[in-house]
Amino acid sequence: MTKIIKNGQILKDDWLVLRVAEGQLPSEVKVPAGKVLVPLAVWLAHSDELTQRKHHGNDLGVWLAPEDDPAALLPHLNEFAVIALDFPVFRDGRGYSSAVLLRTRYGFKGELRAIGDVLKDQIFYLARVGFDAFAVREDKSIEDALASLKDFSEVYQGATDQPLPYFRRRAA
Amino acid sequence: MYQYDEVDRRIVKERVAQFRDQTRRFLAGDLGADEFRILRLQNGLYIQRHAPMFRIAVPYGVLSSQQLRKLADIATRYDKGYGHFTTRHNLQLNWPKLEDVPQMLDELADVDMHAIQTSGNCIRNTSSDPLAGVAATEVADPRPWAEIYRQWSTFHPEFAYLPRKFKTAFAGGPDDAANVRIHDMGFQLVKNDADEIGFRVWVGGGLGRTPILAVVVKDFLPWQHLLSYSEAILRVYNRFGRRDNPYKARIKILVKALGTEVFAKQVEEEWAHFKDGPATLTEAEVARVSAHFTAPDYQALPAKDVQYEIALRDDKAFAKWVAHNVHAHKVSGYAAVTLSLKAPGLAPGDATSEQMLQVADLADRFGFGELRVTQAQNLVLPDVKLADLYLLWSQAGGAGLTTPTVGLLTDITCCPGGDFCDLANARSIPVANSIQEKFASLEDAEDVGSLKLNISGCMNACGHHHVGHIGILGVDKNDQEFYQITLGGAWGMEASLGKVIGPSVRASDVAGVVERVVGVYRNRRQTGERFIDTYRRIGMEEFKARAYEGVNTVAREIDHD
Repeated sequence: MTKIIKNGQILKDDWLVLRVAEGQLPSEVKVPAGKVLVPLAVWLAHSDELTQRKHHGNDLGVWLAPEDDPAALLPHLNEFAVIALDFPVFRDGRGYSSAVLLRTRYGFKGELRAIGDVLKDQIFYLARVGFDAFAVREDKSIEDALASLKDFSEVYQGATDQPLPYFRRRAA
Repeated sequence: MYQYDEVDRRIVKERVAQFRDQTRRFLAGDLGADEFRILRLQNGLYIQRHAPMFRIAVPYGVLSSQQLRKLADIATRYDKGYGHFTTRHNLQLNWPKLEDVPQMLDELADVDMHAIQTSGNCIRNTSSDPLAGVAATEVADPRPWAEIYRQWSTFHPEFAYLPRKFKTAFAGGPDDAANVRIHDMGFQLVKNDADEIGFRVWVGGGLGRTPILAVVVKDFLPWQHLLSYSEAILRVYNRFGRRDNPYKARIKILVKALGTEVFAKQVEEEWAHFKDGPATLTEAEVARVSAHFTAPDYQALPAKDVQYEIALRDDKAFAKWVAHNVHAHKVSGYAAVTLSLKAPGLAPGDATSEQMLQVADLADRFGFGELRVTQAQNLVLPDVKLADLYLLWSQAGGAGLTTPTVGLLTDITCCPGGDFCDLANARSIPVANSIQEKFASLEDAEDVGSLKLNISGCMNACGHHHVGHIGILGVDKNDQEFYQITLGGAWGMEASLGKVIGPSVRASDVAGVVERVVGVYRNRRQTGERFIDTYRRIGMEEFKARAYEGVNTVAREIDHD
């Protein structure tokens, strides 16, 4: 079982990230039992079956690639216990905007998890845009990454974690 | 100027601590070179041909004498005793040691300076008009807005990993001395019919490999929405800008691909979701920031100063300097002064530590301790009494800062080029010097008059060659340096992109080409016409026909990109 950072703590985690092999059709993918984060395309191809699983008490999870439009999840958004956003490489910043949309525009209340190339040096910004869970890259120290949630003690601009910009919070 | 409060100062120090730790991890092998590269760039640090290159921000070009002394001190102790002022209000040092940079940042933070977001694919240091606050033609002072934007863009969590760099400029009025049209996003202060302040918003400008001038996406944006509208533009760009090819990743390519109307519509739709939300600026915040930019303690002075008039009459050299390097001021009895960093034979934009200290003293003695760094790579004292100009000129002359060439073709804008920069295809500085030598006579340069000459050592266009009336671009041909000449570029509101005149030439031929091109202008100009006006009237042909006379034919056969 791996560890993740969740709500500022290091916890054990039993979600499996399902990745589809190249050339494999999403409709032909067999989704294993248990807690599985499925790619968007697999969710779209298997939504009836996966929704049935939820009715039997299994949590649903999905992950989006940087180019996936989070609006694709809209009618079912709050059926998901976990939505993960994948960072194939940390310098691809699209997931930050996807997170903002999921949290502020679409009102996702469940766990928003960063997966992939998730590193200490981005974690402060990731938390600001609305991620509350971080699957830190396996070769890196998760304890080190956790400490970076406190890299800055104040912020200028509003974001998901603190909607009010500093100029609206500064003592009058 | 803006004074940091405890919070501003604290988060810059926290950034230093963060970068100190990142550097330590890199040196210890715990942070990969690729991972560290992105982080160091966002702290202004490149790894270059000879050593790291370190780029310090001078936000919107405003600098105090105290800060300049610190820059001099840093350049002396950690570098070779000089620095290079760039075309975007930054100071570059070319020889620091990587392991020293955290300490340099720590010392810069002591005077409220930093290198935050001076490089990397993020929102970069903000540009503005060097005469902000003193220009007679401005609609409003752009500095408070640039500062509000600086704070908003500093450590913006959503926009730190954009497809490519993102540069922003604020212009105070119709003159556009901030060059909004060559920036990714530009805000030009305007008033509407009801006399309310707002911005004309420009998007999609940028030079580099595919030069494009920005277009207007919103004619009037009420000031309250500066930040929310910026957020909408940045989000559309962050989501939909290309990431597959760095040469097609700037916002200009997205705007071109979608078309201005469709892009503007996407921004409007995005903006509608949070337009009146918490990012809406309040009068209280604008008043708080604006209070930092109130006029200095000007004395009530007559518009004429007798001693100054006498000096103008009696000292020809002084009068020449005044004619070129002294600028009108909106307050009676005052002027703005350019201290030139274009002494012949030296690298344009370079200043030694000693010169920096001398300028700091001049700013304290003659100019309320404040100065500006310009996009044309000079320094400006914005508030000097007419009565002090003669003494200032005498003292600045001793420091080599009174080259009387502002706006002339010898006031060359130039990147560091192949002598220093890893990206460069060719050297820039020797070419600049050869042109300055060709026009060494001030009378000659004066006769040519207003002419903007820009040199870049590569397609990245740091010397803004596309918008020079004459532009020179270094290109590499089989490991040899050649130079491509463009004519007809211009900046500000009359901006245009120069057109390539023909085949590239060798370094030794560039000054001759420039001389012959200028010769055509001198023959064909009508009364009152600047070079650019004549070019626009008569077109390229005659210039092209004369430019290559006597140029080595081997070089002529080598075509440009």
